[in-house]
Amino acid sequence: MSQTLNEGRSSTKPLFEAVGVTKSFGDFIANDDVSFRIHAGEIHALLGENGAGKSTFVKIAYGLLQPDAGQLFWNGEPISIPGPQQARQRGIGMVFQHFSLFDALTVAENIQLAMPPGETIASLSDRIASISKEYGIEVDPAARIHNLSVGQQQRVEIVRCLLQDPKLLIMDEPTSVLTPQETEQLFEVLRRFAKNGLAVLFISHKLDEIRALTSRATVLRRGQNVGSVNTKGQSNRQLAELMIGTKVKDVARQKAPAKSKILFAVTKLNRPKQNAFSVTLRDITIEARAGEIFGIAGIAGNGQDELMAALTGEWLGNQSGVITLDGGDISSQGPAERRLAGMGFIPEERNGHAAVPSMSLADNALLTNHSLAGVVRGGVLDLAGMRAKAAAIAAAFDVRLPEPNPLASSLSGGNLQKFVVGREIIKVPRVLIVSQPTWGVDIGAAVFIRAAMLDLVAKGSAVVMISQDLEEIFAISHRIAVLHDGVLSTAESATKLTAEKVGLLMGGSDAPKDAAQGAVQGASA
Amino acid sequence: MISMTPRKHIPLSLTLLTPAVAIVLTLAVGAGIFGLLGFSPLGSLYTFFVAPISRPDQIGDLFVKACPLIITATGLVFCFRANVWNIGAEGQLVFGAIFSGWVALSFPDWPAIILMPAMVLASIIGGICWAMIPALLKVRFNTNEILVSLMLTYVAALFIDWLVRGPWRDPMSFGFPLTKMYSDAGLIHRIDVPFVGSLGQLHWGVVGALLLAIAGSFVLSRTILGFQIKVMGDAPRAGRFAGFKPHLVTIGVMAIAGGAAGLAGMVEVSASMGQLQPNVSFGYGFTAIIVAFLARLNPIGVIFAGLIVALAELGGDYAQIALGMPKVVTGVFKGILLFMLLAGETFNRYHITWRRPAVLPVSKER
Repeated sequence: MSQTLNEGRSSTKPLFEAVGVTKSFGDFIANDDVSFRIHAGEIHALLGENGAGKSTFVKIAYGLLQPDAGQLFWNGEPISIPGPQQARQRGIGMVFQHFSLFDALTVAENIQLAMPPGETIASLSDRIASISKEYGIEVDPAARIHNLSVGQQQRVEIVRCLLQDPKLLIMDEPTSVLTPQETEQLFEVLRRFAKNGLAVLFISHKLDEIRALTSRATVLRRGQNVGSVNTKGQSNRQLAELMIGTKVKDVARQKAPAKSKILFAVTKLNRPKQNAFSVTLRDITIEARAGEIFGIAGIAGNGQDELMAALTGEWLGNQSGVITLDGGDISSQGPAERRLAGMGFIPEERNGHAAVPSMSLADNALLTNHSLAGVVRGGVLDLAGMRAKAAAIAAAFDVRLPEPNPLASSLSGGNLQKFVVGREIIKVPRVLIVSQPTWGVDIGAAVFIRAAMLDLVAKGSAVVMISQDLEEIFAISHRIAVLHDGVLSTAESATKLTAEKVGLLMGGSDAPKDAAQGAVQGASA
Repeated sequence: MISMTPRKHIPLSLTLLTPAVAIVLTLAVGAGIFGLLGFSPLGSLYTFFVAPISRPDQIGDLFVKACPLIITATGLVFCFRANVWNIGAEGQLVFGAIFSGWVALSFPDWPAIILMPAMVLASIIGGICWAMIPALLKVRFNTNEILVSLMLTYVAALFIDWLVRGPWRDPMSFGFPLTKMYSDAGLIHRIDVPFVGSLGQLHWGVVGALLLAIAGSFVLSRTILGFQIKVMGDAPRAGRFAGFKPHLVTIGVMAIAGGAAGLAGMVEVSASMGQLQPNVSFGYGFTAIIVAFLARLNPIGVIFAGLIVALAELGGDYAQIALGMPKVVTGVFKGILLFMLLAGETFNRYHITWRRPAVLPVSKER
């Protein structure tokens, strides 16, 4: 595919270049003949959907994986990178999506661990301070990691990389854990790097960010390089189409009926956290009306899992009357009883939560239908009925099957997600609770799933959608509330909210009181 | 460099081939061990695996030997499928024998039509009671069921030992640690095969064992109960999401396994011994674990696996008598078999390839 490479700045030698990199895992080809080049002083995006091979490629560049074929070049010299140590020596630094910091240690201590031995904390602290000043990255060397926000922890990781004086900095999905404001700060820092001659390889699938930050992007699709483009001249739609290779359909929410009936209500739900790693839910209040999607935004780890478990009935508390469906108290009911009452649930994790990977689709169809009529008679399974149900879901929701009744594990992420979503929506539940409905699925499937949820509310159902994807929240929610540290903000109409305001709430700042009160009255969009 | 990649699809042929290959390899290693011990390898294999089943009545005896294994392993399959590791079937078997023994010894005058069902029921209750100790401790205090159930095995063995030496000893037993003989109504009778008469020791309990395995297969593959058990074992979080209760499943499978083991204890005593003695089981509860895995946790497979393991047991007896081979060789055989099976399981689940470390081919043109 190298013939589609636009020769951007071919006059100078690229700082880092990969030619024909191929890497397969078993019979899955993660990188297929990928070629790539980045120049000093350039912010270059590696763009692709989940599973397109971005992570595999940067792991090869950082020496964590060895390619099956292909060659890497550094300033025109052929090189091999046997491990991360050698990558760092060359001047390649990487900030991972998941940080590797010890919570109990201070910033300087954490950084000392990664440096060659012999440097004192005091001299290191000075260097940290000077780097911080040079690039405007605020980091307190004496702060303990567990007191820092996610954005601050990321800055520690960046400073740690910078101290090793890199020429190329790889950032793997750095914004996935940041609020819009933190993202903007990060971009400022990255632009300063580029001005100083550093090359930045920025990995993301968020198109707005890529257009705001980078000048060029290399696009991966199913492990193949489908070309490099100048990002400035492209629209989001053009980039998306490059990414998925087909035309992208639009989904748009319909106006929700004004003052429709409240179908599902949560009133001052409180749940103490169960262990040190979970979140206490405090005074959660949700009112989902017929015909609307109630969006719950927030950064991962702010109580989404706990809230989902409370709403599905997997985690029952001892408060009664706090969760009602059509006015009836369902607080003490488990998932099967809530389904019987007319609810549907789609949890975030497909494998092992929404579906059993080692079982067939027919068995997985049974998973959320066993308490309902039709597939179990007197305790005995109706195998033909289960298969018919699975086939009906697959047909209605465009699930592509490799064989008539495949194992769930043999389906791709997007296909399995369509099955899991279809399994609930085909029942036309009065209330659907979903978490991260399009997490890790391709854009085609995401569009399909969002459209299916909008169809459902158009039939008069209510949807409560927990999502960390702000684009998704704004695209289809009628009202939006933000979950932060186990507290849910007051819901406001999506048309009245701005991304900035949601961003502030995601970061934990309270919205001005008067605006919040106004939203309670004008509850529908 | 060896690389293991999980197979996306495990073909049925491979699933069937794995135990077969494991058995063949076990035989090969066994022959080697015979050779090292100074016996003729092939002659020993013959004595071990062919001589014990060369006459029809011996076939009957093979089924009799397999009977408690099949009953116990069928129950254990439910536990292991649900990821509940009940290692204490031996103790549950002993308590089944004790409970049914109490019924048989207390009501010797009852007719068979009442006494036999009462004994069956009592044995199942006995096994369940003993299995509920690790089950409830696990559910309530999150104790480890492997340790608790295993340790209770020794408690059960000492308890029956005390019973038959103390309060339940037959005063007429000349000091032997034995209870009174059961009345005739409390005994399981041999099967009268038309035109042949009895076939070795073949008794009606064997028929029960086969029916139990078939019923177990139906429950596991075709009912919502079996579905719950499999989901809880494969993906407990999905099970909770479906609305199944993890604690109930744990208690349920422990009850099934305990009840089955208890029943095996009753059948063994009523069919072969006729009275309680210190050793009502010869490690059936432990051997059944091997049987369950040899059967790949499939109740129908348990029938065949039970017969194979029973053959190894009988063969051990034969080799001891005919060749003077130590009885522990049987244990060695069972160990090798389990080892081979687990190794085979790895080959079954993963695709294994040998590769030289990657040497980067330098690209042709620049």
